[in-house]
Amino acid sequence: MEKLLTVSPSPHTKCGRTTQGIMLDVIIALVPALIASIIYFGLRALLVSVVAVVSCVLFEFLSRKVMKRENTISDLSAVVTGLLLAFNLPSTLPIWMVVLGSLVAIVVVKQLFGGIGQNFVNPAIAARIVLMSSFAAKMTNWVVPNTISTDAQTTATPLKLLAEGKTDELPSLFQLFIGERAGCLGETCAIAIIIGAIYLFVRRVITPLIPLCFIGTVAVFTFIAGDFDVNFMLYHLLSGGLLLGAVFMATDYTTSPMTTWGKVIFAIGCGLITSLIRLFGSLPEGVSFSILFMNILVPHIEKLTKPKSFGEGGAKNG
Amino acid sequence: MGIFNSRGVKPAHRKHTDNQKAVRLENVASVTIPMRQHIGAPCTPTVKVGDVVAVGQVIGDTEAFMSAPIHASVSGTVSKIAEIRLANGEKVSAVTIKSDGEMRLYEGVEKPQYNSVEEFLKCVRSSGLVGLGGAGFPTHVKLKVPQGKVDTLVINAAECEPYITTDNRECIDNTADVIDGVELVCKVLDIKSAVIGVEDNKPQAINALRTEISNRKSNIVVKALKSKYPQGAEKVLIHSATGRVVPMGGLPMDAGCIVMNVASVAFLARYMRTGKPLVTRTVTVDGSAIANPNNFRVPIGAFMQDVVNAAGGFVKEPKKIILGGPMMGNSVSSLDYVITKTNNALLAFDEKDAKPKKETACIRCGRCVSVCPMKLMPASLEKYQRCGDAEGLENGAVLNCIECGCCSFTCPAGRQLVQSIRLGKTIVRTAQAERKKKEEAKG
Ligand code: SF4
Ligand code: SF4
Repeated sequence: MEKLLTVSPSPHTKCGRTTQGIMLDVIIALVPALIASIIYFGLRALLVSVVAVVSCVLFEFLSRKVMKRENTISDLSAVVTGLLLAFNLPSTLPIWMVVLGSLVAIVVVKQLFGGIGQNFVNPAIAARIVLMSSFAAKMTNWVVPNTISTDAQTTATPLKLLAEGKTDELPSLFQLFIGERAGCLGETCAIAIIIGAIYLFVRRVITPLIPLCFIGTVAVFTFIAGDFDVNFMLYHLLSGGLLLGAVFMATDYTTSPMTTWGKVIFAIGCGLITSLIRLFGSLPEGVSFSILFMNILVPHIEKLTKPKSFGEGGAKNG
Repeated sequence: MGIFNSRGVKPAHRKHTDNQKAVRLENVASVTIPMRQHIGAPCTPTVKVGDVVAVGQVIGDTEAFMSAPIHASVSGTVSKIAEIRLANGEKVSAVTIKSDGEMRLYEGVEKPQYNSVEEFLKCVRSSGLVGLGGAGFPTHVKLKVPQGKVDTLVINAAECEPYITTDNRECIDNTADVIDGVELVCKVLDIKSAVIGVEDNKPQAINALRTEISNRKSNIVVKALKSKYPQGAEKVLIHSATGRVVPMGGLPMDAGCIVMNVASVAFLARYMRTGKPLVTRTVTVDGSAIANPNNFRVPIGAFMQDVVNAAGGFVKEPKKIILGGPMMGNSVSSLDYVITKTNNALLAFDEKDAKPKKETACIRCGRCVSVCPMKLMPASLEKYQRCGDAEGLENGAVLNCIECGCCSFTCPAGRQLVQSIRLGKTIVRTAQAERKKKEEAKG
């Protein structure tokens, strides 16, 4: 028996899930929203998405090369970042700005901090905020979506209309649900995002905890603030980037707490800040800022909510 | 948060040998019996090269309390006494006996007699019994509990590791012994109630036990537990079988329980009837590289090669061989190891099954946190271990880790979390020892 046997620490069996598999699931979950964006905003939406994905992957590849680290593009996380970044941009954004966003997301936010799992804020959100503060006009250059239903549409986003009190110009709730409204290219179609969310739950990529707490908090807050008007609340839930943010951005593993109660606190925090910005702030939308802010608090939240180890509270007689 | 947490994991059961009654393996040319197969002090050989020994004869013993004697498992001549390496990396001295092929029983073997708890425990010690589930804690030490402290005997027949079916077979093939053993321990130690925990993927075992119990009108409870690893881990089992929580750093006794493996109680019943000490053990031989997976009753000290041969040898080239289950067993570098009292399985994997998962960066997905039965945060512990942060490790209750492997099993990034945690435990123990030294120096 002089053959070489593998000796390694236990356990000797592992589950089949890999980082790559998880990222692939997220990409699949984003496909319905991608299709919706092409329907509403045309091929320009596809172009923005492709550019974002390709440039993210390229920047990831190059930065790993420059840092002389093992290349990680095969884990597909850069593809996810690219898609999410594109989904947070208007379809009209100049292409070079898209590439700049990718650079910020991948090089500055992700790789400079050590790559996957190390960044402390969500790369796509950070990039969106950088673009927002640098090119505010270009970042809010909305177009009228192609319509399936007959009602006319404006270039103003529903949140802006809500904030300005122009409620008669608002699209119908049904139009919001199917995505027929102005906005960032991946955020408009509620039903597409919900399909993606259900896919992620079923595949156990994420639990519903963060999305439900996030959206639930906004619902409660806007319901109360809107004098218990269900319509007002629903407009808030279906507008802006709430669904996209709650399902795909706030649930980013790296930048959300690992503990159960940590997730709850994190998500409620996101919901509260979003509501406050939307209702009382000078900006119509607050999803990105709220997630970014809560990202920064994650280490503290995690420390606060560290579970008590089994038996740490002493003996218990069932 | 019931629906959001799913402590434990569900590896494929792979209980291929479920219906295989253990086959006796007797025709081994020689056995090499280690002087330590338990937690505690090693034994000193009581025989010398050239001595003729018989099955059941003591060949190693010690004065130490925390230990258990070692017996010859074949009859024959002592041919060598030398140091060997065990699968867990330990080095111990071992007695090699060349078998005469007769399996002659030692004439000193007789039915044990006892009139008090003390004497009973002495008999238990003489039997050589240690926890057969894998831990190897000397049974006579475990059963020595202050009076009135324990009211429940929990029998571990969960058998949650994949592949292994020896406890399942014990319940089915030796049902009467199991129940005899439980009744015996309860009677002698004055324990009021007994629960046998069996995972619900073993309906045959559950039925056999329940039938035997109702025939005897006994009040032993058989509890069908959810099939989920690590259901058979001591603290997890106590919790699922009785609802009680063992305090951190405490013993089952602190929750009013004693936990015994089902094969251990059944053995004890047989021993008290016949006086034949622990000289064999049942081993599941399985894995993708094994020709005919089966259960074998193997003389302790038998070489792995003999056991593999009994199972028809290899059908594929083995790439990894494990003593014990796939979740907690030890992989070995060759077949030159021997079966000890605590080895419940020998698994040989082909290239495909032995292929390691690639280790990549932690993505903080939290899966390890949500599966940990001890409610630890393995990902954080790994980080603390890597930067040698003793305080972080201690606050993270690293010593409470039972090394079940659920975290590593479930990690999509293939991180060797258990290994880091083992190293982390050493860091904490060293720090604690230093602190103690300093305090002593001060005081
Ligand atoms: S399961 Fe692995 S990747 Fe996920 S948090 Fe734990 S160590 Fe990190
Ligand atoms: S940390 Fe320890 S107890 Fe928790 S899952 Fe990992 S090995 Fe098991």
